[in-house]
Amino acid sequence: MKIKAQFGMVMSLDKCIGCHTCSVTCNNTWTNRPGAEYMWWNNVETKPGIGYPKGWENQEKNNGGWTLKNGRLELKAGGRAKKLAQIFYNPDLNMIDDFYEPWTYDYETLIHSPEKKHQPVARPKSQLTGEYMELQWGPNWEDDLAGVHQTGKLDPNMRGLEEQVKLEYEEAFMMYLPRICEHCINPSCLSSCPSGAMYKRDEDGIVLVDQDACRSWRFCMSGCPYKKVYFNWQTKKAEKCTFCFPRIENGDPTICSETCVGRIRYIGIVLYDADRVEAAASVTNEQELYEAQLSLFLDPFDPEIIEQAKKDGIAEDWIEAAQQSPVYKMAVKQKIALPLHPEYRTLPMVWYVPPLSPIMNALEGQVDALDPKMMFPTIEQMRIPVQYLANLLSAGDEEVIKVVLKKMVIMRHVMRAKQLQKEYDSSLLHMTELSEEEIVDMYRLLAIGKYEDRYVIPKAHREQAGNMYFGQGIAGYDFMQNCHECMGGSGALEEEFEARWRKNYG
Amino acid sequence: MTLTLLDQFLWIVIPYMTLTIFVVGHIYRYQKDQFGWSAGSSQFLESRQLKWGSNLFHFGIILVFFGHVAGLLVPEGVYSTIGITKGLYHLGAVWIGGGAGIITLGGIIILAKRRGGNKRIRRGSSASDIVVLTALIFVIVSGFTNTIGYAVTGGDFDYRTTIGPWLRGILTFRPDAALMVGIPRGFQIHVIASFFLFAYWPFSRLVHVWSLPLEYLKRRYIVYRKLNSENVK
Repeated sequence: MKIKAQFGMVMSLDKCIGCHTCSVTCNNTWTNRPGAEYMWWNNVETKPGIGYPKGWENQEKNNGGWTLKNGRLELKAGGRAKKLAQIFYNPDLNMIDDFYEPWTYDYETLIHSPEKKHQPVARPKSQLTGEYMELQWGPNWEDDLAGVHQTGKLDPNMRGLEEQVKLEYEEAFMMYLPRICEHCINPSCLSSCPSGAMYKRDEDGIVLVDQDACRSWRFCMSGCPYKKVYFNWQTKKAEKCTFCFPRIENGDPTICSETCVGRIRYIGIVLYDADRVEAAASVTNEQELYEAQLSLFLDPFDPEIIEQAKKDGIAEDWIEAAQQSPVYKMAVKQKIALPLHPEYRTLPMVWYVPPLSPIMNALEGQVDALDPKMMFPTIEQMRIPVQYLANLLSAGDEEVIKVVLKKMVIMRHVMRAKQLQKEYDSSLLHMTELSEEEIVDMYRLLAIGKYEDRYVIPKAHREQAGNMYFGQGIAGYDFMQNCHECMGGSGALEEEFEARWRKNYG
Repeated sequence: MTLTLLDQFLWIVIPYMTLTIFVVGHIYRYQKDQFGWSAGSSQFLESRQLKWGSNLFHFGIILVFFGHVAGLLVPEGVYSTIGITKGLYHLGAVWIGGGAGIITLGGIIILAKRRGGNKRIRRGSSASDIVVLTALIFVIVSGFTNTIGYAVTGGDFDYRTTIGPWLRGILTFRPDAALMVGIPRGFQIHVIASFFLFAYWPFSRLVHVWSLPLEYLKRRYIVYRKLNSENVK
């Protein structure tokens, strides 16, 4: 056994209101630069829909993630030799138009317009060509189901629902899906990178692009099934969500989490057995991948695990953080959070609590929605089809979704009874395999969501790090264009830093 | 034969200046500009023309490279020893070399059309991109013209007894400019143009050639790095 610690995030979709604050603050922090302006390391999609980039979930076309070839785990787009043979032209690459063509407006016309009969209009101008353009697609084009009567049919998660869901106004359903990089345990992006420029941090599992080592081979982008590696079209280098590592190292949540008004996000670490990763990602049945991934996670209270973790260099405060981790609680203990598209076999580490939704019209108003006995038969008649959620979060296994939704209904029932000092049917607890204490814990996390409960983030250990000054640039991105000179340029500053560092740590 | 100052300059001074710039330039750039050291792919902005242009050009130029090794670095004597006659060599040089030339030329024409004709690509082109493209076109066209001439004249001018030994002399520090005097003008132009390309190489995107990631064939898929970058593995 080789124990590693890994950061993860849980998002409770039950609480997401689709306000895009996470996207905006992320963009302001990281991607508000030329060449990166089209990137939304964090984006919020309205589902159903084809998403960002268009059709990212269609792996028949994109060939992202892993697959089993003769029982062995292999990159879906092909192995190492095939990659090198395709290095001059990557047939699986998404184009910038699949995201959208970035544009600005000719604001000058508003300011410099002479007096006219009609108001001057600022027209959109492509940032790629500098020419006026007709907007055909853009960020959040599908927001709140816009155009879903066309794009909805192309959503791969609608598999098996074509008959049932007509995407008519009366039957329409929707939910929000905020997405960031999954910081997978078995990432296919960095496995696809021929130059080894992408890496997973040994200490905390954050996946980054070494900007200095990236040679623009662009296989990471097609390798990632979530399409969360982006291409800076000006620097010609790959960029991606950094899990806000400078904040995380300091014990602060990512900026998307910090600014989430719905308080839907939870950050914590889990301990996992790195020796069993490949085996877990290689189980034959796609629907068993979820349980296989859960089996990787180790009980941070188990004395043997604690001992082994210490041997593997995990510090005491990190083990404590693993014990308090909301990710461990929600994903492993309570089992209410599920991985996004486990069938991609990347063992993703952003987990989602599926949303409850109103009962379809036929039943609405007729039943007490919070009476679990009435609720269970109707979970299948919720507005968001269980099958749809299953296609998103459990490789199509509806049972997994039903169990989670039941737990959430029972939590509401139990907590309501407790608030009103009424009795509740204790056989309900039995059905969830959760104790009352755990139900209350779940309620505290989901409904109360105290800051310190949502974010249990152990600080990075300074003594583990080498010369951080020289680490600049290899840990994500640290530059604006042509900013080599920003740090002194003459080299004097570098030398001074190095001398100081050698004196203190060398 | 007496060598003029110009002959010495063209066939001894320029080659060694170029070689020096090539070697020192690469070392300097690798030390100072890792961030700029990349293939600079523009496939993300345009892919349809790139598919043909890039594939044809790259696979073509690889063939052309090996053709040059076979024609210039391998001495003529080696061929006669293993029984490849002049006629047979000529046949190979014309058909295989010519074929590779057509592939490369076709590729670079598509790429040039793409860079000039596609607004996204044109606007995203650096001055260096244009210089490299122009130099490549010039070198490829001049080289291909020579191959045609070589074929038409039936290999009348044999570069294996002139340019080949001269180049090997340069590389082994026994330069003999006399070998290059009086060879057809087309070949001279091709050689000098190539030297310009080589001298510019370290400062352009062409450096990506040295980053062909062959280590990927042996690497394990998942790469972990420790915070302490001295422990990179």
